[in-house]
Amino acid sequence: MYTPLRLFITTALIAATCFFNLPAQAQESGHDDKNPIADTVNKEEHEIEHNLEESEQKFNIGQMIMHHIADSHEWEFSHGVAIPLPVILYSADRGIEVFSSSNFHNEHHEYNGYHLVHGDSETIEPVDHERKIYDFSITKNVASMMLSAIILVLIFTSIGKAYQRNVGKAPKGFQSAMEIVILFIRDDVVKPNVGKNYEKYLPYLLTLFFFILVNNILGLLPGAANVTGNIAITMTLAVITFIIVHINANKHYYLHLVKPTGVPAPLLLIMIPVEIVGVFMKPFSLMVRLFANMTAGHIILLSLFGLIFIFQSMFIAPVISLFALFLNFIEIMVAFIQAFIFTLLSSMYIGSAIEDNHSADHGH
Amino acid sequence: MSLLTPNPGLIFWMLVVFLLVVFILAKFAWKPIIKGLKDRENEIQGALDLAERTKSEMVKLKADNEKLIIEANAVRDRILRDAKEASDRMIAESKDRAVVEGQKMIESARDTIRNEQHAAIAKMRKEVAVLSLEIAEQVLHRELKDKESQEKLISDLASSARMN
Repeated sequence: MYTPLRLFITTALIAATCFFNLPAQAQESGHDDKNPIADTVNKEEHEIEHNLEESEQKFNIGQMIMHHIADSHEWEFSHGVAIPLPVILYSADRGIEVFSSSNFHNEHHEYNGYHLVHGDSETIEPVDHERKIYDFSITKNVASMMLSAIILVLIFTSIGKAYQRNVGKAPKGFQSAMEIVILFIRDDVVKPNVGKNYEKYLPYLLTLFFFILVNNILGLLPGAANVTGNIAITMTLAVITFIIVHINANKHYYLHLVKPTGVPAPLLLIMIPVEIVGVFMKPFSLMVRLFANMTAGHIILLSLFGLIFIFQSMFIAPVISLFALFLNFIEIMVAFIQAFIFTLLSSMYIGSAIEDNHSADHGH
Repeated sequence: MSLLTPNPGLIFWMLVVFLLVVFILAKFAWKPIIKGLKDRENEIQGALDLAERTKSEMVKLKADNEKLIIEANAVRDRILRDAKEASDRMIAESKDRAVVEGQKMIESARDTIRNEQHAAIAKMRKEVAVLSLEIAEQVLHRELKDKESQEKLISDLASSARMN
């Protein structure tokens, strides 16, 4: 995902430098008499490489994008404006250690025997490589996730109170605004797909929808974390759905895995592995779909903004800003669609595992 | 690629935060919200059902009323007919009885009249007999003196007898 992009940018840069440097090179080559062609070519190549290095040092779009979509130990709003976050480390010999990530702000990014490594994403490594540490830091993603959790709890407990207060009255204000969404999830997503026992799963699926939605939307704000575009988050959500499905699945579901109905015996050799792969494929697709959609959206937006810095031109900025604005609207739509799809597929997945009559579609 | 490697620390926090959110929201948000929505739906459904039931009850009541009215009319007609019959019968009976009574009275009156008549006749006969005897006695008494005066006497007597 990252390499082709880098290749593309590099090629573009080489082309640009060639184009802009050609007249200068041609003038210079006029002075040289010895080995004119080879020298010119060598010199040109050297120049190109030099320029390339220089511009890469100045602005590396690949690094910039990776830096923005990856997790971090501090919450950086813009260059130099950052909130340090707590670092929590566990190691067998030292136990739990808690300190601020601002301690790494020194020349070697080193503190207390730990080294902050900037790669594609930040990791904390012990200076002594013998030691094994577990990093439970409150990173940017964790902090953003906690923020969204607080937002969710505040919003929905207040709505819950509104329902207790206005018993037998029409909903009003924010309550009725959210009621539309809640009713949509309940009546159009959960009820038809899960089946008659839907109420047991409704709290989880509603939370899932709003959690993904709030994190998707928060992720679009400038300087925010890319929570739902992180594979650890989507994996956890997919695994929770997977566990819920397999705790509640009835015997038809398990029987179907080892003995699919209407399949001739020789085909079972193929069908059983396919069915079993399918079981793991569903949460895997949930995980990848959300992760890839959100990350792709961020990469596209960041690439667009990166173009401004690559061209270093004032005139390209308004065009790109307009295009980025358009893409931002699309990303808002994607934020809703992905939350909806994750919830929809989770309910279909649960529904297919708990339905009594197993002749219907299984959602694959 | 680090982008595709899940970070265990992040998974840990995600699990903690997400499960906490699910728990808190399920208990303090979704429960009252879902209950409120369901109660309201039940209320609306109940009101609709009640209206429907009331409507059908009204129709039934109307039908009942009509049936009652028809029955009441029938009863009234029967009572009227019965009463008329009874009164007719009574009138006829009393008429019959009156006729019989009248007959009886006429009969008895006739009897009385007849008796009176008989008695009067008997009395008259007696009187006439006595008168005749007296006349005869006087005639016989006068005959002995003159014939003329005898005749005069007889005519006098006869005229006086007619006067009676």
